[in-house]
Amino acid sequence: MRYQKFLLPLLLVGIWEIAAIIINNPFILPSLGTVVPILIHPFSASYTLGTGSLVANASVSIQRVGLGFLIAMLVAIPLGILMGRSRLLNELFDSLIEILRPIPPLAWVPLALAWFKIGLTSIVFIIFIGAFFPILLNTIDGVKSVKKTWLEVATTLGAQERQVLLRVILPGAAPTIWTGLRVGFGIAWMCVVAAEWLPGISQGLGYLILYAYNFGQTNLIIAGMIIIGLIGLSIDLIFKGVEKKWFMWRGLER
Amino acid sequence: MSLRLENISKSFKLDNGSVVEAISGISLEIADSEFVSVLGPSGCGKTTLLRIVAGLESPTSGTIMLDGKKIEGPSPQMTMIFQEYSLFPWRKVIDNIAFGLELQGLDREERRKRATAYLDLVGLRDFAEMYPYELSGGMRQRVAVARALAVNPRILLMDEPFGALDAQTRNMLQRELLEIWQKTKKTVLFVTHSVDEAVFLSDRVVVLSPRPGRVRDIVAIDLPRPRERTGVEFARIRRYVLDHIEFMAASSKV
Repeated sequence: MRYQKFLLPLLLVGIWEIAAIIINNPFILPSLGTVVPILIHPFSASYTLGTGSLVANASVSIQRVGLGFLIAMLVAIPLGILMGRSRLLNELFDSLIEILRPIPPLAWVPLALAWFKIGLTSIVFIIFIGAFFPILLNTIDGVKSVKKTWLEVATTLGAQERQVLLRVILPGAAPTIWTGLRVGFGIAWMCVVAAEWLPGISQGLGYLILYAYNFGQTNLIIAGMIIIGLIGLSIDLIFKGVEKKWFMWRGLER
Repeated sequence: MSLRLENISKSFKLDNGSVVEAISGISLEIADSEFVSVLGPSGCGKTTLLRIVAGLESPTSGTIMLDGKKIEGPSPQMTMIFQEYSLFPWRKVIDNIAFGLELQGLDREERRKRATAYLDLVGLRDFAEMYPYELSGGMRQRVAVARALAVNPRILLMDEPFGALDAQTRNMLQRELLEIWQKTKKTVLFVTHSVDEAVFLSDRVVVLSPRPGRVRDIVAIDLPRPRERTGVEFARIRRYVLDHIEFMAASSKV
């Protein structure tokens, strides 16, 4: 029965190909035959209008996301733990976070440019904003969901505060924090594509597809989009796999 | 050598500013290796009393003395077994039992060795590598008992540990607990609302009055073990304690 989930994508490819033949305009809809060669030569720069191979651009994008995501993680997880543990800190930060959270990451672009000028810092900042809030909010939730009994068991068995944090609160909150990381990474990946449209950027998958548009190469746009989708999917699958392996117990604690 | 509760009282302040007295002036002396149950209707503060002894709450007045020394806060001499399932769901059975030893900084091999001994004691040798969610309710409470014993405390504090189990499992665990108690010579302070359970297990039963909890009576049970629940003498003592509680319940309603 597993083949059923591939049915619709295959159908879509079929419709695409038929539509491409009917429309007969590669700028609106290029045929499959012009997209596939780009995808099967991911290391070659000669299919990408000389802007570096798919792999080279993808690796630049991944590095940018990785950096922004890492910083978001290093700030959001400790802050989330503090906010989940301390009512005072929660009240201090809560309203500020509620105000900042609904602002879309891309609305920060002009400010990012004003602060950090054109370049890596601005891109990383946008990604940071995108990943930060889901990680923070899930960390707070995860820490709050740690059962009081677990903490008391640890206390009666002689745990010091540090041990309670490392051996009860962190592992107890880990599945929820992990969900935050997964969601945060998804948003960060979306942000990088748009952030690479900033002026003065000359690498990355976002840059590649916009560049392809300027040359009317829709087949390259679509190839780039497919790669963006596949990378996002793969990383999400890794997150899911880890979740299944490590956090099996979630929802089963009794 | 004994555990002494001296004139313990505890009041809670409610949100509306009024003060509720949970327990009032409870004094009790428990000898080494004695099995004492605290019996009372729900809301009589018996769990509060146990939590105060465990150091999880502080009394409004009164002191806890162990061997003539005042106890404030959790003590390595006492561990607690909770009513609700309190195992760490992310740890295997063996690592749950070894938790307290891990806090003490024992190396892995030594921890596992000692934990295995306690796993044997509760008859779960084959379940070492399983996770709590793979176990039945009775097994999980056996693991909780083993975890509390593993740090080798002198006193076990038990808060209605079998309250959530079915009758058959409960009876089985009561018998097992007595065997363990006789083998390990621990002092046990056991909280329950079941007259049957208290009479079956204990050397002495401390009967508390409804809120605020006060010591109404202390019944020594000198029946030889193993006790027959269906025996005439058992029934007589059970009747005696039960009448006591019903009388109190009736008089408190007036």
